[in-house]
Amino acid sequence: MTDDSLPDNEILLSATGLTKTFGEFTAVDGIDFAVRKGECFGFLGPNGAGKSSTMRMVGCVSPVTSGELRLFGLDPAGNGPAIRARLGSCPQRDTLDEELTVEENLWIYGRYFGLSRKEVRSRAAELLDFAQLTDRAGDKVEPLSGGMKRRLTIARSLINSPEILLLDEPTTGLDPQARHVLWDRLFRLKRSGVTLVLTTHYMDEAEQLCDRLVVMDHGRIVAEGSPRSLIDEFSTREVLELRFDAEDHKDFAEQVTGIGERVEVLPDRLLVYADDGEQAAAVVHSRGIEPLSSLVRRATLEDVFLHLTGRTLVD
Amino acid sequence: MALTQPQSQPGPGGEGPSRAEHGIRQPLSATERVLAVFTYFLTVYKRTWRGSIIGRFLSPLFFLLAMGIGLGSLVDDRVGGVEGLPYLQFVVPAIVATQTMWVAMGESTYQVLGYIKWNMGYHAMLATPMTVRDVLRGHFLAVAAHLTTATAIFMAVASLFGGFGSVAAVFCLPIAVLTGLAFTTPIFAFTARQEGDNGFNILFRWIVTPLMLFSGTFFPIEQLPGWMQPIAWATPLWHGVEACRAVATGAVVWTPFVGHLLVLAGYAAVGWWLAERSFAKRLVP
Repeated sequence: MTDDSLPDNEILLSATGLTKTFGEFTAVDGIDFAVRKGECFGFLGPNGAGKSSTMRMVGCVSPVTSGELRLFGLDPAGNGPAIRARLGSCPQRDTLDEELTVEENLWIYGRYFGLSRKEVRSRAAELLDFAQLTDRAGDKVEPLSGGMKRRLTIARSLINSPEILLLDEPTTGLDPQARHVLWDRLFRLKRSGVTLVLTTHYMDEAEQLCDRLVVMDHGRIVAEGSPRSLIDEFSTREVLELRFDAEDHKDFAEQVTGIGERVEVLPDRLLVYADDGEQAAAVVHSRGIEPLSSLVRRATLEDVFLHLTGRTLVD
Repeated sequence: MALTQPQSQPGPGGEGPSRAEHGIRQPLSATERVLAVFTYFLTVYKRTWRGSIIGRFLSPLFFLLAMGIGLGSLVDDRVGGVEGLPYLQFVVPAIVATQTMWVAMGESTYQVLGYIKWNMGYHAMLATPMTVRDVLRGHFLAVAAHLTTATAIFMAVASLFGGFGSVAAVFCLPIAVLTGLAFTTPIFAFTARQEGDNGFNILFRWIVTPLMLFSGTFFPIEQLPGWMQPIAWATPLWHGVEACRAVATGAVVWTPFVGHLLVLAGYAAVGWWLAERSFAKRLVP
């Protein structure tokens, strides 16, 4: 889906010089991106990178400070309701009414989109099935698990059969199993043709779900591409992780210079970037360096982010 | 907001395409918008009405018993009533008006801040085609419905105790609802500017309680020191009390009566305008 030759009418969402300021603070600093129909597009970055502010502008719930934003070819200024009628929005924090039942939450939401009572009921039944919540339909929301509430939020955001689904950190705060269930649901959505736009600070989530993503830092886009192409461009194929018995790993950085393409120093380990990690480990060993542990793994988006910003994603 | 632009494609089957079909969706009419939001509050209310009706109803009933009947018999025995009325009939229309102030407080403070901040119910609505204006209209309609129910029940009970001297007292109902709205809309605006609930304590302690005591509710404001009377004139409760009392006793003097209604409508209108501004500022930053 990274083919640039697709016709313009396939672009559902585009931004040029998109900027958001709050007083003196610039949350989003002139970013450009375009999302094509049917793809899963991600914003990857640490907390405070400007992802949520971007998502709120895209969701037409926060006005654009400057720059151009278009959804379905429409400007959110003056077309908010018309655009939102075609969007699904899954905010970072669940905004369910916990006092109401699972199905009431869906029914009520359908009314905001002007669906008839009958239509809302039949769609709600389908969506509860999709979200694996059918047997909880009549229960109050409040006692549901975090994963169930998230799935309900997603089901709710699908009530109007949106053409773009916005997901702001969809799995933050969920346990690993709940995340995998959610990812599975999102895969299904994508296969059914829904365009997904999501933010995350989990590199595994971005790798799992995104066809294409931008890496954000301090309100700017620092890189763009598919997860694979970003790793190819900004990292070696493999990474050798070395841990030493030391307070500060800086002291060991000099000892491994020259091994692999480059070395990143983290407080608790050294990362040696090399296309062949085992070979790099052998060189380390031959120099007589004795780490507490050494581990060879494939490079991830985390490494891309570290290389681009000098910081880790999740502090 | 451009509700009609771009124009939706007319559907093949008369009713138009479903709004859950991809492509341009048919915009919601103004009525559909308000009703969608109203339906939500109605659904919430269906879950909580028992507790809320009892709570709303008991405290004015206590006032009715304590002031109207307890204090009233004393007043009637000693001075033969107030302004030519038995004390009960003097005080009941005022309690009707005052009750709406309490209901307005209940509906416009913690609950509203909850929808803004705690459960983020407004944010959920604003992610749909609903706008701040729709959300406020629907919520105000829900509060008006609440005010109507609470007032009607209290009036029915008060009339059993002989609290009204004239059948024209039924007009207390719309006047009381207007009085309630004169409090509701400005308090919504106030709440949208709060971070926590400290402001509400100040509102209760320094505005609502003094208003209840000094707005001609339990005694005519002419009993107050001269400098305090203009303060009563400026507040909505006195106008609500006077207008309710006028229709309840069947002694409407039109000039001040219309003036009272205009002041109440003015409070509600200005409050509404302020509420739209502070809601937009808070919810659509």
